[in-house]
This record gives sequence, structure tokens and C-alpha cells, in this order.
Amino acid sequence: MRLVLLATVSILLMTLDHREHLVAPAREAVSSVVYPVRFVVDAPFSIAERVGERIALRHQLIEENRALRDRQLEYQSRLQRMEALEQENQRLRELLGSSERLETDVAITQLMRIELDPHTHIVEIDRGSNAGAFVGQPVLDARGIMGQVDKVGPRSATVRLISDPSHAIPVEVNRNSLRAVALGSGDPQRLELANVPSNADIEEGDLLTASGLGGTFPRGYPVATVTEVEVEAGEPFARISAEPAAALDRSRKLMLVISEQAQPPGPEAEAGTDADDEDGGQS
Amino acid sequence: MTGHQPRSGGFAILVSFLIGLMLIILPLPGWAQDFRPEWVALILLYWSLALPERVGVGVGWLAGLFQDALLGTLLGQHALAFALIAFLALRLHQHLRLVPVWQQAIVVLGLLTVAQLVVFWVNGIIGRPAPDWQAWAAIPVGAAIWPLIFFILRGVRRRFRVQ
Repeated sequence: MRLVLLATVSILLMTLDHREHLVAPAREAVSSVVYPVRFVVDAPFSIAERVGERIALRHQLIEENRALRDRQLEYQSRLQRMEALEQENQRLRELLGSSERLETDVAITQLMRIELDPHTHIVEIDRGSNAGAFVGQPVLDARGIMGQVDKVGPRSATVRLISDPSHAIPVEVNRNSLRAVALGSGDPQRLELANVPSNADIEEGDLLTASGLGGTFPRGYPVATVTEVEVEAGEPFARISAEPAAALDRSRKLMLVISEQAQPPGPEAEAGTDADDEDGGQS
Repeated sequence: MTGHQPRSGGFAILVSFLIGLMLIILPLPGWAQDFRPEWVALILLYWSLALPERVGVGVGWLAGLFQDALLGTLLGQHALAFALIAFLALRLHQHLRLVPVWQQAIVVLGLLTVAQLVVFWVNGIIGRPAPDWQAWAAIPVGAAIWPLIFFILRGVRRRFRVQ
């Protein structure tokens, strides 16, 4: 009977999709078939935005331009110091015998205005495998890490946010390099730190940055700020909540990290001469 | 599906499903998201009641597959749910065609619940947290707008002579 057949196929598909990621080509094919639907739903919003830009008043534009120029000047001056610091840092690292590239290249991408599965925290962006997106690619916004690319279609990709309940990101406390893992809580304003001992040196207001362990996320980008540390007597682990640095539910313009060690495994993988953690001894 | 019968208006069916898929991913303000009815399921139910020999388990499965691709759920999750409710609708269509619309809406409520249960059940198996109670709100909303779907699609069916 057809129902039995199709039910078997669905269960097979789901198992493969969940466990093995073997059906990536199938998913890519279906995704390109449904892309027009996404495009049509997204179109009115992006057109409205563009029209809004077009009909913005002259003095508004001048004002905005001026504000942006001021800000750029400010950033430029900070960047000068930053460059000096970066070089100094690099030299120190060389002295220590560890090599690490600090700069990252990013590609700017836009969120598509469509809604996905309401029970998970995922968003759709308008860059797919045609534009070089790959599974596991880190995604940032202007303030911090947003998430990572979960599924890739030819012209769009799905990003799993760090607040998704099934997402975990290795972090370290910026103040003292204490390592932990931040889990998504299902609430876009909150992450949870797992398995931090009650006596660990961590307090409210600590900045958590990506630790770079695991090789997915580039080291040093801000992830969250600790908002609450709850220690109960007798409990081995503290209950710690943190607020994501990125505006997970508001950012429209996102950045895909292209370079850094987070490249897909392959011949173009960065030839780390004395890489300290993973993919050592490639060159 | 059955080759010998005259078929026409397949275009209208396709377009109605496309519109349903668009409505599924159309952005809504936060409070309204939980009330978004399962448009594709409703459209599928209408066609499988009206034209059981053309729209059935296979079409339901395909529509569900596309919805999975759009929503980013596991491939096959909605496909399984929709194939199942299309099957049930085909079983029931002889009775359902005779009863008034509001009684159909009650059955639709049941079928939507079945579909939602399948989706949540799969979510549970792969370890997603259980949905909160608001997640069920879409089902009564779906049943409540069934008469609307019914009359609109019946209008479409007569207008385009879908047989």
C-alpha cells in the first residue's frame, strides 16, 4: 500500500537526515526547488526596504552620512591602535612558539524574511553553496557570534542560532580563560553554561568569548555576558545564565566567516606550519 | 493518478499548494506565530475530500516534503504526517462529503491533531524539548478557518473546472 511505502520512505529519510547527514544532496535538490517560494515571500519585504532607501529624504541621507563618517573616523583611530596591538600580540605568540592568525575575512549576508520551524531557533540567509557557504561555517553579527550554518542549499542556507536548545558552543571567560560550554536554552536572550563547578571563578558581567576549541568558531569573538550565577549549597555545579552578545532576534545583516581555521577540510585547508590543536602536520 | 479519466485544472491545485507553502513561511508578529494554521494540511485535506482520485497520499507526502524543506525540519517529518492525514481523509471522504461544513471542521480538528502529534512525536524522538501548550493553538485555529478554506477552494474548483 502506498501509505506504508511512503511512511517507510519518510522514516528512512528522517533517520538519514538526523543521524548520517547522508541526504545532503537530496536536501539541496529539494531546497533549490522550494527556493522560489522563499524568494517570493521575502521579496515584498526586501523591495519595501529598498524603496524606503530610495525615497529617503535628502537631509536624512546627509545626516546619516555625516554620522556614519564620524563613526568611521572613530573606528579608524581605534583600528590603528588595534593593528599595533595585533602585531605585538603576534610577536609575543611567535616568542611563545604558537602561531595563530587573528584576522578573519567575512562575507556579508542578509537574513531572509521568512519564518522557519517555530520550535527551533533557525534562520535563513541569502547565501548558499553557490556563494561558498558550507555546513559548520560560523555566522556573526556586528556584536558577536550568532550561530553556525546548519544546512546549505544552492542559493540559501539555514543557520542554527546559539540559542537553539540543541546547540552548544565552547567558550572561555575573557577575564581568566576559564573554559566552559554554553548551551542554547530555547530563549533568544539566554544561554546556559554547563558543568561549571560551584567554586569556579566566574561572576556576573564576565564576558564569554569563543574559545576556538572544536574548531568551528573562530577564537576571541564575543558570545555572551554572564547575567546570573546561582550557587546552591551541596550542588556540584553552579547554575549560570548568560545573555548573548549578538542580537539574535533582531539582526538583519549577518557576516559569514570565510577564513580562519574553520575552513572545510580539503586541500585548501590552511597550511599550518606548527598548528597547535587540530589538523596538525598537513604541510 | 488514474490515467483514463479526463483531468483538468491541475494548475489550480498546484497554485493553491504554492500559496499554502508561502503562508507557512510568511513572517508574522511574535504573538501570532503560535496561531498560524497549517495551511498546507488544510488545502491538502480539501483536495483529498473533493478529488480523492487525484489528490491523496502521494500528493500529501510531496507537499509535506516541500514544507520540511522550507521550514528546515527533518526531511520526511511533515511528509509522514501529511501522508497519514491524506490517507485518513480518503478513508472518511464518503461520509464527510455528506455532512455540513461545521461537522467537517470537527473531523478536520481531529486530523490536524493527528498531524501535529506525528510532528511532535518525531521531535521528541530526536530529543527536542517538548512543545509548550501554546504550540497546540494552531489546531483549533485551523479547524475554525476550515469553512473559509472550504468555500474558497470550492469556488476555485468550480471556477477552473478542476475535476
